[in-house]
Amino acid sequence: MAEAAIALRPPLIDGDKTITEVTHDVCAPMEARPTALWWSALFVSSSLLLVGAIAIVYQISVGVGTWGLNRTVGWAFDITNFVFWIGIGHAGTLISAILFLFRQRWRTSVNRAAEAMTIFAVMCAGIFPVIHTGRPWFAYWMFPYPNTRGSLWVNFRSPLVWDFFAISTYLTVSAMFWFIGLLPDLATIRDRATAKWRRKLAGVLSLGWTGSYRAWQRYEVVYLMLAGLGTPLVISVHTIVSWDFATAVLPGWHATIFPPYFVASAIFSGMAMVLTLMIIARKLMHLEDYITIRHIERMSKLVITTSGIVGLAYATEFFTALYSGSSYEQFVFLNRALGPLFWGYWTMVGCNVFVPQLLWFRKVRTCVPAVFVISILVNVGMWFERFIIIVTSLSRDFIPANWFHYAPTRIEVATLVGTFGLFFTLFLLFCRFVPVIAVAEVKGVLKYGKPRMESAHE
Amino acid sequence: MSKRLFIGVFDNEGSTLAAVRASRQHGFKVVDVYAPYAVHGVEEAMGLAPSRLPWFVFAVGLLGASLKVWFEFWTTAVDWPVNVGGKPFNSLPAFVPVTFEVMVLFAAVGAVLSFFVVCRLYPAKRAVLPVSGVTDNRFAVVLEQTDSTFEPAEVEKMFKDLHAVRVEEQITGETA
Repeated sequence: MAEAAIALRPPLIDGDKTITEVTHDVCAPMEARPTALWWSALFVSSSLLLVGAIAIVYQISVGVGTWGLNRTVGWAFDITNFVFWIGIGHAGTLISAILFLFRQRWRTSVNRAAEAMTIFAVMCAGIFPVIHTGRPWFAYWMFPYPNTRGSLWVNFRSPLVWDFFAISTYLTVSAMFWFIGLLPDLATIRDRATAKWRRKLAGVLSLGWTGSYRAWQRYEVVYLMLAGLGTPLVISVHTIVSWDFATAVLPGWHATIFPPYFVASAIFSGMAMVLTLMIIARKLMHLEDYITIRHIERMSKLVITTSGIVGLAYATEFFTALYSGSSYEQFVFLNRALGPLFWGYWTMVGCNVFVPQLLWFRKVRTCVPAVFVISILVNVGMWFERFIIIVTSLSRDFIPANWFHYAPTRIEVATLVGTFGLFFTLFLLFCRFVPVIAVAEVKGVLKYGKPRMESAHE
Repeated sequence: MSKRLFIGVFDNEGSTLAAVRASRQHGFKVVDVYAPYAVHGVEEAMGLAPSRLPWFVFAVGLLGASLKVWFEFWTTAVDWPVNVGGKPFNSLPAFVPVTFEVMVLFAAVGAVLSFFVVCRLYPAKRAVLPVSGVTDNRFAVVLEQTDSTFEPAEVEKMFKDLHAVRVEEQITGETA
């Protein structure tokens, strides 16, 4: 047949780019002056950050009493936000590590930004438990170091200590993974920079990378090793986060379904956040040829897959509660669906299970504004999921005499707003100073979906 | 000891790969290949030995895990046993999560640091590129003259036949 090209997969990158054009397209916006749109976005996000900073200074100087917590509800807004942000980070590792192991080459267009998102999200997450310790200046006590208190060690049987190790390992490994991926691109920036400071800075950070194949060979091995280590790591991190709850005896928390349920939710929420950010970044940095509509479609498919898993988990939890014969367990779930926070529960189900069903339709998946709105709704739904799990279980536990309501204070809301400010400020700075697209990786996939000019491999 | 190097500069991976293969067939010594991205198949064509890094990473991960199991046992069962909810002092199953995390941390940090050491990458190192553009859009195959049978004209012809953008000759004083 003459139309052999039809059998080819669609290309990963649009616009028939040459490798010279790839370097230019990604590096040129960084070298040009920032646009007014970027400045106004930075103004908004750094203002939010300032609100958060003021709230944090206030609550640290006055104490955690500024929060709406009480003796019944000892975890609420802070831990909700912590789990929310940690979950957001997980999609970055899914894209960078898991999709790498599965040889999903389309990831090259989005992995750099998704990994950056992971690092920023973990930073945001870390703020909450540290403040919740009450005396954040003693946060280092979580680390088992020889001390003058007899050497009192941390309790290694506690999931909170597991969490500390999981999150700090996750942050370290994600940052290293990101930096290793960045190394060849920093060298590219160094060698094409005209501004002296940029050449100097990129020169220091690129560690003398030359593109020698002796380095490339080991680079590939290290990258594969890190992907292989990152994959079980990311699953372990949210598993351990879920154990913070599952090892408690509280109805609604004490469930063996929690680890897979939390991991799937994390990837679901993170994927939605990646979509939100990518849709903004491709517009802001004019990267429509690199982050194509096909990328958005593929990520939408991941959203709907994980939405299915999350929906199944909701149903399973309900079924297990009803089937368990435990009246406390049954009460908790009926209370979630019909109790005082019913609106939160149904926001969660609506945004996480029903809204993503729209993505079954190709028309919706290829309509960027629709995907954008859905991704934001999923983020809202996922925030409510954590809030509902935490607050409904705590506020109405075994003894009705203990029951109490919880409502966040303005300080707590301001802190959440502040972390969004931090997240978007860091992301905007990242867009300016770091190549948003992994240049060296995209160059390797340009041939995809093109008829072969020469037989390169055989 | 000075070295006489011949550098074939290419603008696509296919020619680069072909040039590496041709050079090895002609019996030339391929000192190095420079590329803006990892080109599939170059290491086989250059005849590089597979990296031993995975073994090192495995060993470091194992070391981290063993140290952590010992440390958790020592702190909770030997140095200062604390009764937490009547659980045994040596609660091995409860040590699994942290042991896993520390294993991953050791393995990942070990992988990255050994990569930097083996490739001699360090902050502010001066990058010496064989030709400009190898971090952008050029590929370079560097050959070294090893004996008198090495014929510069032959090298030039081989590279030109494979659509080299240009061929350069460099005499270096330093040993790589």
